[in-house]
Amino acid sequence: MDLNTIVKVERPKAIEDVEWSDGHAWLAGGTWLFSEPQVTTDTLIDLAQFGWPPLTASPAGLEIAATCKIAELREFAAPSEWRAAPLFRDCIDAFLMSFKIWNAATVGGNICMSLPAGAMISLTAALEGVCKLLPRKGMPREVPVIDFVTGNHANVLQRGELLRSVFLPASALAKRCAMRQVSPTHLGRSAALVIATVADHDDDFLLTISASTPRPVQLRFTKAPTTADLRQAIDERLPPSAWFDDVHGSAAYKRHITFYLAEQVRVALS
Amino acid sequence: MSNYDVNGRLYAAEPAPGQCLRTFLRDLEIFGVKKGCDAGDCGACTVWLDGKPFHSCLVPAFRAAGRRITTIEGLARNGELHPIQKAFRDAQSFQCGYCAAGMMMTTASSDFEAARTAGLPQALKGNICRCTGYRSIVDALNGKTNIEDDIAGRTCGASLPNPFTDAILTGKARYTMDVAIDGLLHAKVLRSPHAHARIKRIDRTMALSMPGVVAVYTWEDVPRRLYSTALHEDHLVDPDDTYMLDNVARFIGQRIAMVVAESEAQAEAGVRALQVEYEILPAVFDPVAAMEPGAPMLHDKKEVVTRHANVFCTLQGEIGDVAAGFEEADAVHEMTYSTSRVQHVHLETHGSIAWKGDDDRWHVRTSSQGPFRVRAKLAHLMGLPAQWIHVFTERVGGGFGGKQEMVSEDLPLFASMNLGGRPVKWEWTREEEFIGATTRHQMTTRVRIGAKKDGTLTALDVEVVSNTGAYGNHASETLGAAMGCAISAYRCINKRGVGHAVYTNMTPGGGFRGYGASQTTFAMECAMDDLARLLGIDPFEMRRKNVVRPGDNIESIGKEPGDASFGSHGIDECLDIVEKELAKGNGVAKPLGEDWAEGTGMALAMLECGPPTEHRSGARMKLLADGTYHLACGSSEMGNGITTAHKQIAASIVGVRARDVDIINSDTDQTPYDTGTFASTGTVVAGKAVYLTAEALRDDILDFAARHTGVLRDNCRLDNEAVVCGNERILLCDLHAAGAKVDHRFTVRRKSYLSPRTIAFNVQGVRLAVHRVTGEIRVLHSVHAADIGRPINPMQCQGQIDGAVAMGYGWALIENMVHDEGRMVNPQLRNCRVPAFADTPHTDIFFASTFDSIGPLGAKSQGECAINPVAPAVANALANATGVRFAHLPFTPDRLFGALQEP
Repeated sequence: MDLNTIVKVERPKAIEDVEWSDGHAWLAGGTWLFSEPQVTTDTLIDLAQFGWPPLTASPAGLEIAATCKIAELREFAAPSEWRAAPLFRDCIDAFLMSFKIWNAATVGGNICMSLPAGAMISLTAALEGVCKLLPRKGMPREVPVIDFVTGNHANVLQRGELLRSVFLPASALAKRCAMRQVSPTHLGRSAALVIATVADHDDDFLLTISASTPRPVQLRFTKAPTTADLRQAIDERLPPSAWFDDVHGSAAYKRHITFYLAEQVRVALS
Repeated sequence: MSNYDVNGRLYAAEPAPGQCLRTFLRDLEIFGVKKGCDAGDCGACTVWLDGKPFHSCLVPAFRAAGRRITTIEGLARNGELHPIQKAFRDAQSFQCGYCAAGMMMTTASSDFEAARTAGLPQALKGNICRCTGYRSIVDALNGKTNIEDDIAGRTCGASLPNPFTDAILTGKARYTMDVAIDGLLHAKVLRSPHAHARIKRIDRTMALSMPGVVAVYTWEDVPRRLYSTALHEDHLVDPDDTYMLDNVARFIGQRIAMVVAESEAQAEAGVRALQVEYEILPAVFDPVAAMEPGAPMLHDKKEVVTRHANVFCTLQGEIGDVAAGFEEADAVHEMTYSTSRVQHVHLETHGSIAWKGDDDRWHVRTSSQGPFRVRAKLAHLMGLPAQWIHVFTERVGGGFGGKQEMVSEDLPLFASMNLGGRPVKWEWTREEEFIGATTRHQMTTRVRIGAKKDGTLTALDVEVVSNTGAYGNHASETLGAAMGCAISAYRCINKRGVGHAVYTNMTPGGGFRGYGASQTTFAMECAMDDLARLLGIDPFEMRRKNVVRPGDNIESIGKEPGDASFGSHGIDECLDIVEKELAKGNGVAKPLGEDWAEGTGMALAMLECGPPTEHRSGARMKLLADGTYHLACGSSEMGNGITTAHKQIAASIVGVRARDVDIINSDTDQTPYDTGTFASTGTVVAGKAVYLTAEALRDDILDFAARHTGVLRDNCRLDNEAVVCGNERILLCDLHAAGAKVDHRFTVRRKSYLSPRTIAFNVQGVRLAVHRVTGEIRVLHSVHAADIGRPINPMQCQGQIDGAVAMGYGWALIENMVHDEGRMVNPQLRNCRVPAFADTPHTDIFFASTFDSIGPLGAKSQGECAINPVAPAVANALANATGVRFAHLPFTPDRLFGALQEP
């Protein structure tokens, strides 16, 4: 929709050129910004000119630029040793959004929206991603994705701070993985999205719960857990009040369904 | 200035900084790019950038500079339709057509084939169609042809294409907002943030000082005349309880003040600058609480008469002796069932443009199901003679009852009248539809029902509480419908009922496909199923045993004779079809795994074809000098296909092709009066007017021809483009010329009224699987049989039923308007879902072979009632699968899972 309060679009060539003030907003794909009135925003700062390479693969892992389009991530041809790469598509398909939105929406935009059902948060958190943040002043800082999102539509970004990229370490990409998702409508928004990864010899089992909680929650086990251990660990970490209640599912339902999906991914990896 | 290449044509233009591509293209008068949601959820605005599809409402316009933009207008090349356009034409993959441009731009895009490999449910995620139920869209993608040839004399019963097909396919069809008007002003409205509040003060000085703002209007400025927004022939059936702008807000979303400005952006800024001081009043949202003594009162009793406090009206009655009937019963079932609010989500939002014409009259271009009633209400409100007001529609993007309401016409007209006649436009947002338009009435229905061992009903007692929200538009009529067909569908000598329509501080209820009957049909059909189970009787047998038949009294809870009558009776055939089809199966197996429970359910619905209150329609038809015909009918077309049907009816009488009958409709200047296209009247009232008019014109032509040739009238007959008199064949154009010489005009006009009303039935069968852990429901087999008489256009009838059934599944399974203290929590389509393709099961549709003796050419109503048996059939299948009766809509997984866990 028209954002009629916007009076200016800045299209800087470099991040150093940006002078930030209140009412500014970073414009990546624009698919969220333009979907709701933004009456407190008067200036958009377009990230497109920065020309960040969307995906940079190296033996150390994969760097995903914040401006990487969902469609670009989906088309990424991962080296075969990155056994977790099928998660890219699985998580993208878990979006409520259609393939048309993939052409505009960005990985960084989805993470910065910090909604419980943000599938790029689920993906990059499960793959132990680390966000590179560019504060307005001072040195870049790094924050794990799992800590980046702090609640429903809330994150650690400071005023004017920019998400530059997310780095997925090769060690996480090399793990085996399983993902399950449930939505209240067919192919709709996630009520729960659960991912497990595990290294060889059942080592380092990592369960990532998202959508059913206000922020992603991770449980790490040195060895793949039993049904009872997994259930107990979730219960200890997430009391009944910790689950996310919204129009896409009650908290009780999301808790219930997360237990079910967690067991499914456990079984899938055992 | 930047350069924009749109469909190969270059434009030098500069969008506003925050402008999206959708409105930028529309500013260039490229109107094929539609607004459905303006938020990326519906896909109606899909265009291509360098060949890739985008939702243009989400694309910052500046980003399209220098790129190749393709819209629906650019899809055809060199006059040759794109293959997808041909496929949409042959399959007729649209009804209102509003989503079609986006649907075609999506499915024709290069990315679509790749997306399709993941399946159509994935590939069509980003497009919503509210009319078709998606079947005809899939038909197009599968290359299926649904249309038949237009052959003179054989138009009735033929699947002819929509006469506006080409315009819809190419983006040229003009919907309400698809016009460029010089000097246009824009209205925006401040809506109440409070459920109940008195306005103490509105300070407009800031707003008036904003650039571009030309006027602000509040309750102090508008005529203080009470009216109802509901459109009915008889305005007395709705309470006059509404002011154009009021000093009391009674629901969150009520219009408080209007700002008119040179641009929409300026009007929005003006609205934000308004300062309103409210005195918050206590509010009540639950109708049962609203009936309690001491509940907050919605309406001052000096202004609005209610039966008692917040109870706007009560309907009650008894036939026979219900107490004795229950004494006689071998089994009695009692339960309370409830249904939820839902929004129509017609993809074209409400909107109107008003101006003063060169003829010194007021013109209102609008999106309405009843322009004549809108004119009457505007005349009342503005204190003008009705003849001074012209109300018309061009093409309307869906209605479903939501446009049987005057909610967008009055304010722009008032503004124009106060601004020297300058044109003023008011276009609603999708959010405004959710919070400021009407919804289906939420109703709670307690049913107590008793029967003998053999299933014969002995007593029925029904109590309904309807939440009409802040205003009573449609409150008593929907309650009347609720207390009607669902109860009269069954023979039972002892029936009693009481229903209350109650004011609360919720968004007002309104007309919605199914209209009150949907709500109680849900309760009754669930109760019949429960009772059958209690007695160990098959649900089909239970219906056969008790359904009303010719010779029975067609009565609900009162003995006052009605005018409903069996012009035909096809319920037995419908029951047989659905039973047989479900038994035969469709080969779709239950998903693997023991967590899936499978069950089958059915339900029926009865419809008295048309409203019990007055409804009338007129038509005018003339023979033109070139030997073709022109038909004018007041009826509105909002995607229901009624113009196609009217052309077919007229053509069949005069024996020509449908294309030889030109048509104009829905225009208070150019067509005879019509109450409106709602309450299942398009065929049985307006269609009857067309039928009578065409017959009269046929007689007029033959009478003249007989006089002209001296051949006996009995030896004259119409033969396509000619009249045959004895051995002489005279072309109609020549006959017209002969008539012109003696001032014979070959023009006739007829009116039709609605009485008696015939009766139609629908039966829905569902086989589904439900996952005991996740609560997911998969519909495995969906069968629908309709007793709609002779289908004037079978393809269109099937399309109407497809759409109604899809809407029924939406109501049953998905649609969920969530309110917190009267505030809608999810007023966006991505949060308040309507069925996407993935949510919409394919339905096998069958017609009973009835030919009605009351409806025109054997036809009955067909677009409305098919929604009614769907939700109860789903509920009954769920009960069959799980042994649990889910009695409250919607059946979303989080509302099911708790009970599914029980062993």
